Amino acid sequence: MTERRIRVLIGKPGLDGHDRGAKTVASVLRDHGMEVVYTGLHQTPAMIAEAAAQEDVDVVGLSLLSGAHMALFPRVRDELTARGKGDVLLVGGGIIPHDDMDSLEGDGFAKLFGPGTPTTDIATWIQEEMEKRFEREGEEA
Amino acid sequence: MSGAAETTTDPRALWEEALNSAKLRDVDFTTLSGEELKALYTSEDASFDEERDLGMPGQFPFTRGVHPTMYRGRLWTMRQFAGFGSAAQTNERFKFLLAHGQTGLSVAFDFPTLMGRDSDDELSLGEVGQVGVAISSLADMETLFDGIPLGEVSTSMTINGPAPILLAFYIAAAENQGVAPEAIRGTVQNDILKEYQAQHAWLVAPEPALRMITDMMSYCADRAPQWNTISISGYHIREAGSTAAQELAFTLANGMEYVRRGVAAGMDVDSFAPRLSFFFDSHLDFFEEICKFRAARRIWARKLRDEFGAKDPKSWMVRFHTQTAGVSLTAQQPENNIVRTAYEALAAVLGGTQSLHTNSMDETLSLPTEKAVKIALRTQQILAEETEVANVIDPLAGSYFVEAQTNRLEAEAEAYFQEIEERGGVVPCIESGFIQSEIHRSAVKYQRAVERGDKRVVGVNCYTEEGDGPPEIDLHRIDPAVEREQHRRLGELRSTRDEKGAGEALEAIRAACRDGSNLQARFVAAAHAYCTLGEIAQVLREEFDQYKEPKIL
Repeated sequence: MTERRIRVLIGKPGLDGHDRGAKTVASVLRDHGMEVVYTGLHQTPAMIAEAAAQEDVDVVGLSLLSGAHMALFPRVRDELTARGKGDVLLVGGGIIPHDDMDSLEGDGFAKLFGPGTPTTDIATWIQEEMEKRFEREGEEA
Repeated sequence: MSGAAETTTDPRALWEEALNSAKLRDVDFTTLSGEELKALYTSEDASFDEERDLGMPGQFPFTRGVHPTMYRGRLWTMRQFAGFGSAAQTNERFKFLLAHGQTGLSVAFDFPTLMGRDSDDELSLGEVGQVGVAISSLADMETLFDGIPLGEVSTSMTINGPAPILLAFYIAAAENQGVAPEAIRGTVQNDILKEYQAQHAWLVAPEPALRMITDMMSYCADRAPQWNTISISGYHIREAGSTAAQELAFTLANGMEYVRRGVAAGMDVDSFAPRLSFFFDSHLDFFEEICKFRAARRIWARKLRDEFGAKDPKSWMVRFHTQTAGVSLTAQQPENNIVRTAYEALAAVLGGTQSLHTNSMDETLSLPTEKAVKIALRTQQILAEETEVANVIDPLAGSYFVEAQTNRLEAEAEAYFQEIEERGGVVPCIESGFIQSEIHRSAVKYQRAVERGDKRVVGVNCYTEEGDGPPEIDLHRIDPAVEREQHRRLGELRSTRDEKGAGEALEAIRAACRDGSNLQARFVAAAHAYCTLGEIAQVLREEFDQYKEPKIL
């Protein structure tokens, strides 16, 4: 059995220019054996969803530090659904108040990671979630 | 071999023996930037000639400070960066800060403004008023400074890509208050090179952006001589993950590029170099930061005098603003951030800063609350009034360690200058992603060090507490109504202004883009005609090349 590599898209929606976190996480996920596509800055929700569909990723991670997450994150989710990618593992991080994390986690996001989260925790969490998913897919197939 | 033969009475040898045989703490003895440190510095480590390398305060090479009196003459300016929501809300915060003893204003803009987009642009969705104040036209600028006399305050505006346009709004707002451009004092950040490198709010490609900057420098040299035209900024480079040496090197390399551009545009270096100022980060490594500030002054003085041939001592001086390190703050146990910020502020003052912003404890969670902002301001006031550190100029000079690190940082910066030159200069190093990659590499290296536990962060990887979950402090949230209100205001502006005059002002900008005449004067005219930021920026986007981020990963 060949182990399937996890494919991840890291996206920066909106006009926010803070990309240290997104790029650091992208590098660390790559170190953990995942295939990572980084969108670059200043992407609209549609651009991110389009890239996710084209690259056929398993995971979409959004990073936003500008406070626009409540306006933009759900739009990315909607754009993904519109392209038949509503089933990706959708995660996010940035400067996001806990109330907003809770509400996004109840609204299509699997997990929000706050400031100070070790990047290895993010990688491990994604690996564990994806293993569960791959197992389920295996059972169904 | 008998044991007693090697016995020595040399103090140095005895000390080394004691150190080498002792059990030391099992940690990396390195700077925050990862530089190996010795346990002890002596005269052997710190070679410096007092006259050549330190000088007197207010004298070349300014290592000891830019003023002969330093804080005995005047304390640093306590300048808290503020801006959120609407112009009216930020105007209230400004009046609050002025009433509590702040001595200068500093405007934070929201992302749409930073990117040259009006609040009602489709791309501005969700961002209006979030990380700063939304300013889409002269009307917003007039509201922002309502009741604040622009001939009396000094104002710093953190704006880059569209800086020439925002400065035009400010000049027009001052003129409408009856204040001539000659009388306004302040700074626009206007440091586009570091935007491509680190902060990422640009309008157009580097070459046209640099042309707009030289146009502004030339306009201000003639019309607004008290205005600082560029605040060459290491802050964002550092916050993006660079080391102290990289912050120093890239910032000064950018500064030298602006000087080259000004000279190439036909200006005398002494006509604009005195209006260049700097902006640095003050991070947690106390001594490394102090040495960075001292090295910055010495390097710039030498470059400007000896390489660029500047004659005016004001051209040689690094006058700088400092902000404590936002990235050093933690979401866990946020009250600890008050302590971190206080140490960073002390380093900035011992490094001779001209002005200072201290971060608020809650900034990893949201915009600061009024209470948190007040504590941050009080931190500076305690430093100024109670600690007695402002009494003596450059008190750490002559310390073997401090002089050795100052020399080390200068040498590291020189090595980068050489490498950047070999790679064709700053702009090619941006286009190839070289500088961005260097910063990214340092960011990842530091993150790994924290995660391995080699670098310790209280509340994050040591001294953690059960329930370091959602902290129970008040959050400052922006009401989505701000965005709707901005849409209404813009609609009203467009329906009540003289459309023909606005259209002509935009066409005058287009013509200047093509024929090379000075754009800054055209921006001021367009501001008076109530052209919006987005409209003016759109002309520039149509006329000039766009910037495309190089892929570095």
